Amino acid sequence: MTNTIIWTVVILTVLGLLLSLVLFWIARKFRVEEDPRIDEIEKTLPGANCGGCGFAGCRAFADAAVKAGNLDANYCPVGGSDVMKKVAAILGCEVKEAAPLVAVVRCNGSCAVRPRTNTYQGAQSCKVKAALYGGDTGCLFGCLGCGDCVAACQFGAITMDAVTGLPVVDEAKCTACGKCAAACPKRIIELRPKGPRGMREYVGCVNKEKGPVARKACAAACIGCGLCEKTCTHGAITVADNVAYIDPAKCKLCRECEAVCPTGAIHGINFPKELDKEAVKKRIADRKAKAAEAAKAEVKKEESNG
Amino acid sequence: MGKLTFSIGGIHPADRKIARERQIEVLPLPDKVYVSMFQHLGAMAKPVVSVGDTVKAGQIIAEPGGFISAYIHSPVSGTVKSIGPRKDLAGFNQMHIEIAVEGDEWAEGIDLSPELVTDIPEDKAFILDRIKMNGVVGLGGATFPAHVKLNPPPGKTADCLILNGAECEPYLTSDYRILLERTDEIVVGAAIMQKVLGGCRCVIGIEENKPEAIAAARASVAKLGYPNMEVAVLKKRYPQGGEKQLIDAVMHRQVKSGGLPIDVGAVVQNVATSLAVYEAVQKNKPLVTNVLTVTGDCLPVERQHNYLFRIGVPLSFIAEYAGGIPEGAVKIVSGGPMMGKAIANLDATTVKGSSSILYLSAATERKAESNCIRCGRCADACPMGLEPFLLKSLYAAGDVPALEQNAAQDCIECGCCQYSCPAYIPLLDNIRQAKGQVMAVIRARNAKK
Amino acid sequence: MDKVIVSPSPHVHSPASTDGIMRDVIIALVPALLVSFLFYGWSQLLVLAVSCVSCVGLEWLIARFLFKRPGLFSGTSALVTGILLAMNLPCTTPWWIVFIGALFAIGVVKMSFGGLGQNLFNPAIAGRVFLLVSFPVQMTNWTMPANSFAAVDAVTGSTPLSLIKEGLKSGQSIGDVLAANGMDMGMLLRDIGGSSGEISAIALLVGFCYLLIRRVVKPWIPLSILLTVALIAGIFHAVDPAHYTGIGFNLLTGGVLLGAFFMATDYVTSPMSNWGGVVFGVGIGVIVMMIRYFGSYPEGMSFAILIMNCFVPLINRAFHQKKYGRA
Repeated sequence: MTNTIIWTVVILTVLGLLLSLVLFWIARKFRVEEDPRIDEIEKTLPGANCGGCGFAGCRAFADAAVKAGNLDANYCPVGGSDVMKKVAAILGCEVKEAAPLVAVVRCNGSCAVRPRTNTYQGAQSCKVKAALYGGDTGCLFGCLGCGDCVAACQFGAITMDAVTGLPVVDEAKCTACGKCAAACPKRIIELRPKGPRGMREYVGCVNKEKGPVARKACAAACIGCGLCEKTCTHGAITVADNVAYIDPAKCKLCRECEAVCPTGAIHGINFPKELDKEAVKKRIADRKAKAAEAAKAEVKKEESNG
Repeated sequence: MGKLTFSIGGIHPADRKIARERQIEVLPLPDKVYVSMFQHLGAMAKPVVSVGDTVKAGQIIAEPGGFISAYIHSPVSGTVKSIGPRKDLAGFNQMHIEIAVEGDEWAEGIDLSPELVTDIPEDKAFILDRIKMNGVVGLGGATFPAHVKLNPPPGKTADCLILNGAECEPYLTSDYRILLERTDEIVVGAAIMQKVLGGCRCVIGIEENKPEAIAAARASVAKLGYPNMEVAVLKKRYPQGGEKQLIDAVMHRQVKSGGLPIDVGAVVQNVATSLAVYEAVQKNKPLVTNVLTVTGDCLPVERQHNYLFRIGVPLSFIAEYAGGIPEGAVKIVSGGPMMGKAIANLDATTVKGSSSILYLSAATERKAESNCIRCGRCADACPMGLEPFLLKSLYAAGDVPALEQNAAQDCIECGCCQYSCPAYIPLLDNIRQAKGQVMAVIRARNAKK
Repeated sequence: MDKVIVSPSPHVHSPASTDGIMRDVIIALVPALLVSFLFYGWSQLLVLAVSCVSCVGLEWLIARFLFKRPGLFSGTSALVTGILLAMNLPCTTPWWIVFIGALFAIGVVKMSFGGLGQNLFNPAIAGRVFLLVSFPVQMTNWTMPANSFAAVDAVTGSTPLSLIKEGLKSGQSIGDVLAANGMDMGMLLRDIGGSSGEISAIALLVGFCYLLIRRVVKPWIPLSILLTVALIAGIFHAVDPAHYTGIGFNLLTGGVLLGAFFMATDYVTSPMSNWGGVVFGVGIGVIVMMIRYFGSYPEGMSFAILIMNCFVPLINRAFHQKKYGRA
C-alpha cells in the first residue's frame, strides 16, 4: 500500500515539474513584446470599456496613447482629470484640463404639458418610432419616450421617469461618454459642462417650428420670441430657427433669461436659491432705466459742448 | 397556361374584398385642395406658379426637381392661395400648394371625351414625352416616374411587360373595379407601353379571386386584338403583387440582389398606371385622379365605397363624405393592411398613389410580445427567402456586416414575417432599421468606387 | 373616437399564437395519455398530475421570484414539458422523484438558459436522463400493465429491450430470449412492460397526424428518424438476425415513436431549415441504433436526441434558406 502512495507522489511531482518547465519555455518563446507602459496606463483607467473616449476599450486607449506619445487625441471622460493626470505622469507629458461634462436632456415636453394626439403601438424603440412618423404628440422634435437613451447607457445613469415620460440623468453616475446623445434620434441630449458647483442654464426645447405652432403642441416650448437674447448682457444666447440656444462658454449664470422667458422653457439646475423672477425682472428694469438716464446725460453733455 | 405563382414563401391572409361590388363613384370637390410636392419617388417637384395665380384643372403647377422626378398638375380650377409647409399623413412637414376651388374648368389641349381611342402613335419619343409631361407615375404604391421606367437604359431590353392586376392586399378593391369598368382603356394603355418598350410580350396578371375581371380582360384583349398580349391567372397569395414575385411567377426568372427588373428583361406596371398612360397619351389628360377604396372590418358593405378622387383633397373630407369615421375604428390606414401606413394626421391630403382609407377595429390591435420559440414560421413565410429571426438577433447585436451577409438589404418590407410570428415579435419594425443600416453602408461603399 | 392608434405595418396578424401551438400539442398527446391510463391506471395519472403541477408551478415560482420577470412564465409550454416528462417515466415512480425530475427539467435545463426559446436541450428528455442516471433502480422498475384500474400492485418486470440486451450479453440469441419469456414479435397494442409512451403507438400516430394537419410540425424530422432507424435495423437484421433485432421491434419500442413525433420536433431544440432537420433526424437515427446494438444502455432515444441537440446551432449555421435571386 505505501509503495503505491510513494510511487504516486513521486510520479505526480516529476510530472508537475516537467510540465511547468514546458510552460515556462512556451511563455518565453511566444511572448509578445509590448511597451510596459501600456499595462501601467491600463491599470489606471476605469476599466469600463465604454468607448466614451472613442477607442475600442481601455486597452486600446492605452495602446494609442503610448504609440502617439502624447495625449492630444486621448481623453477619458469617465476617469476625468484625476485619471488623465496619472496617465500623463506615466507618459511624461502634458494633459489638457477639460471641464467635466454631463448629459443634459433638452426637452420640457412632459405628459403634463405636451398632450398625446395618438397612441403608438410599434416596437418600443425611439429609432423605429422616429422613422415611422412625427410622434404621438403635436411636437415633431420632442422626446419620443421609448428609452433608446436608457438602453444605451452602460452606467445606469439615465432612467425614464414614469410620470413625466422624459429621461432623467443621474449626475453622480453620468460619465459624459456620449452614448445616450448618439442613441437619441431627435438629438435632444447634449453634453454640456457641469458648471461651477454643478450650476448650469440651458434651453429645454429643440422645436424649430414657428412660435404659435410649437406652443400649441407643448405649453413649455420655446416660441423663439427672443426676449432672452435681448435680455442677456453677456451675448450667450442666440435665437435661430425659432429656438433659443445658450452657449455654455459665455453663460455667466445670472439667470435673467430664465426670469423673462414667457413659457418657462429655460431651466437652471443646482442653484442654491429658488429663482425670484419678480426681483430679477425689477433688477433688469432698473438697469435699463439707469442706462436710459445715462444716455440722456451723454446727449445733454454733447449738446452743451457742441 | 395554368395558375402561376412565386416559388419562395408567402402567406394566405383572408382577402376580405368586401367593397368589390361597389361601383366607382365620383367624389365632389371640396373648397380647397392642398397639392403635395412630394407625390413620387425621387426629387421633390418645384412649384412653377405663385400665390395669387389663377390655374385651370390639368395645368402644370410644378416641374420635376431632378432626373427621377415628375410634373405635377393642378387637379382643380381656381386661385393659388399659398405655397408652404403642411403636415403629411405621418405628421412631417412637406411643401404643398393650396388652391381655392372655383368651378371646374380644364386647361386647353386636354380631351375629356369618353370615346375609346385605339390607334397607337408610332413615335416612341412622342409617347414618352406625353407620359412625362402628363406626370404619370407608378400607381402600384411606389410612385416611380413612369417615363423613366419605360425608357430602359442602353444595353437593356425588355422581354416582357407584366401588368399587375393582382391586388394581393386584403380589403383593397380599386384595381379590381377599374379592371371591370375601364377594361378597354387599360388594354390600350398596355399596348402603348408595349410599343414604347419595343414590341415585347405583355402578360396581364390577375389573381384567381377576381374571375369577372379575368373574363373582362380576356374579352377585351380578344376584341382589341393587339399582338402578343395575354391574360394570366395568378394564385391567390400574398405578396403575389410584389414586383419581384410577379417576375418569378410569370417569367420564372429572379432579379439579383441590388438589381432592377430590367436586368432580367422585365417591366412591371400596375393596371392603374396603364389607365393613366392611356389617358396621358391618347387624351393628353394629366394624372390628377385615381381610385381609392373606403373600407375596413368595422363598417358594413353599404358604407364601403370606391371613389374616383382628385389629388390634394383632404382625407378628412373623404371620410366625412363617406359617412364619417365608424364606431369601433381604432386605426386608420392609407394603403393595405400589410404594407400601408397608419394615418397620424387625417387632415393630410390625397396624393397620386393614395389607394385607400382603411378602418381597422380593436381586433387588429397588437398583442403583447413574448419569447421567440424558434418555430421558423417567419422564415417559411418570407418571399425573399430571408431568415427574419436571425436578422432580428443580428440587429439587436449591432452586427452590420453579418446583416449584409444575411441579405437584410433584400427585404421588401411585405410584413409576412411579422404576420406569421406566433409570439407577436415586431420583426419587421426591427428589420426595417437593419435594412436602412446596411443600405447606408452599401451606398457609402458604392460612392467610394 | 378615442386617440387613433399608429404603428408600423403590418396592421393585421395571423390567428396563430404560442399558446395556441402548445394547446395543439397537448391535444395531440391526449390519445396517448388515454391509452396509457387504460393500461396503467391511476398510478400513471398520479405521475402525470405531479409532473404537470411541478413543472408549471416551478416555472411560475422561478420566473416570479428568482428572476423577478413574470413575463418569463409560459404556462402552456411548461404543461407540455410536464406531460412529456410523465410519459417517459414508469408509473411506479415515487412522487418526489417526479418532482426532482421536474425541478431539473424546468429549473436547470429551461430557466437557467433564459426561459422559453433559449434552452439548448429538450427539457423533458434531459429531465428523464437525469433521473435515469440518479435513480437507476426506480427508473428501470417497469410494470406489466393491467387491463382494469389496478394500482401499484401490478407485476413488475423489465422492458423487452432490456431483457433482450441482457440476453445478448450473456450469449443468447434473440429467439432464445423471446421464447424464454413467452413473447412474439407482433406487439403493436399489446401488453409489454414499458413506460406508457411505448405502448401507445397508434395513439401517438393519431396525435402526430393531428399536428401535421394543423401545420404545427413538418414531417421531415420524424420521417428521417424513422427511415434511418428502419434502414439500419433492416441491414443489420438481414445480415445477422440472431443477434440484431429487426425493423418492427426497433421502431415500436424504446420511445422511438414518442421521441420522433413529439420530442425531436420541439421547435426550440431542433434545426430551423428543412434540410437541417433531415440531417438532425438521420443523426438521431444513427446514434440510437448504435447505442442499441453496440452500447451498454438498452435504449438510446433520449441520449440520441440530447446529443443531436448539441449540434443544432452548427446545423443552423450550415443550412440556410434558399434566398430569392441568389442561385
